[in-house]
Order: sequence, then C-alpha cells, then structure tokens
Amino acid sequence: MSSIPLSAFLLTALLLFCIGLYGALTKRNAVIVLISIELMLNAVNLNLVAFAKYGVGASIRGQVFSLFTITVAAAEAAVGLAILIALYRNRATVNVDEMNTLKK
Amino acid sequence: MNGELLVFLFLFLVTITGGLLMINLSKVIHMVMALVLTFLGIAGLYVMLSAEFVAVVQVLIYSGAITIIMLFGIMLTKHTEEEPKTSWAKKGIVLTVITAFFFIVFKGIRTMSLGPQADKLHENNTEQVGLMLFTDYVIPFELVSVVLLVALVGAIILAKKDEEGEEQ
Repeated sequence: MSSIPLSAFLLTALLLFCIGLYGALTKRNAVIVLISIELMLNAVNLNLVAFAKYGVGASIRGQVFSLFTITVAAAEAAVGLAILIALYRNRATVNVDEMNTLKK
Repeated sequence: MNGELLVFLFLFLVTITGGLLMINLSKVIHMVMALVLTFLGIAGLYVMLSAEFVAVVQVLIYSGAITIIMLFGIMLTKHTEEEPKTSWAKKGIVLTVITAFFFIVFKGIRTMSLGPQADKLHENNTEQVGLMLFTDYVIPFELVSVVLLVALVGAIILAKKDEEGEEQ
C-alpha cells in the first residue's frame, strides 16, 4: 500500500503537461517542438498509470493502455522527424516561423 | 516524513527540473539531454505506481530510442547557436493562458480521491501485462504492429532522397 495520494501524481503530470505545452507553443525550433509534444504525451502516460493504481475499478488495463500510447508516440516521433528532414532538404530551415508555404 | 515520500519528492524534483531546464537552456543538444532527466524521473514514478514493465519500456523507448532519434534529427539539420527569440508579448500571452489552465485543472485534482487503490499490480507485473495484452487486447496489439510497420516504411520513404523527381 502506498501512502502517496493520487493528487500528487496528477500534479506532477499536470506540471509536465504545462511545461510541454509552453515549449510547443513558444519554441521556434521544430525539433524542440516535437520533443515538447513527446513530453505532453509522457504526462498523459503518467496519468494513465496513476489511474491504473488509484482509479475507479483499478486494474492492469491502464498500464496496457499506456503501452499502446508509447508505441503510437514512438511512431509519431519517427514520422515527424522524417517530415522534418524532408522539409530541411527543400527549405534548409528548421524554424517553424518559416514553414508557411501553405499560407502563401 | 517516511521514506516513500522522500523518494517521491526526489523523483518529482528530477522530473520537473528536467522539464524546466528544457525550457530555459539555449543549446538544442542540452535541451534533449535535460529531457533524458525527465524521462528517467517518470520511469521512477512508474516503479512507485507498481508498473515495473512500463518503467522499463519508458527507459528503453524514451530515454533510449526517442532521445537518439531526436539527436540524429538535430545533427542532420543545421542549427544556429542561439535559439531565435520569441517576442515577449507572445510568451506572456501563452504563459497567462497556461497558468489559467493549470489552476483550473489543479482545483479539480487537488482533493481527488477515487476509493481504494489496487494492491495486486506489483505481483508478477509483467505476467499480468502479458496476459491482458494477449487475451483482451490481442486485436489492438496486432493493429499496433501494423501501425509501426507503416510508420517505419513511411518514414523511410519521406526521408530518402527523391532522385526520380530531380531528373524531371
């Protein structure tokens, strides 16, 4: 039995999510934006595992679900980076402000 | 103050420090390295939540694979030494919105308690995960393998040099 309350883990996840959101919205480097999104996904995973232990009808299902999320996040990182490299080859920049071809 | 609380506070500080360093450091490589700290802290929190298998997967996938792939992404592209600055006005607006979001959610989770906690998760954790994965969730499991294959092939096709296109 653990003596740490559920809200402590949820607070950690909330702080991580806020940091990731701030990074994704303010950073100008596309690699860092991708990494910030990974951080937000990590916060969600932490919530899933926390609710797997503390939630209503707590069971192992939350942990299994977080494994699926990790898999999809890994696929997202690979595809995102491939798009980034293809874009860098054409535009020679990783600054998200200069990625505005669709706006023109 | 018991030992469990001390361990939690340590992991909490490690996790949040990594995130804050990521926001504040100026070199891109250092940011990714700070993120490794966060990923390891989260793996420790998973162990505290009796999710040993997920913790090992976290270390393998995030601290290992995703960090390395991001480092490759940084080294294959050219970066100016200093991050181009975002305007203070935009930073201020984003910070205000995020702080408001934080306090709204914090108000909801502050006293959250959802009854008794599960006490059998740590017994043969990997076996439990495996049983659940190959009985109830076998179809999502197979679908996820297709997703990984598609992502792998898609990433290769996107990133490889388009030689036929250049000849035209």
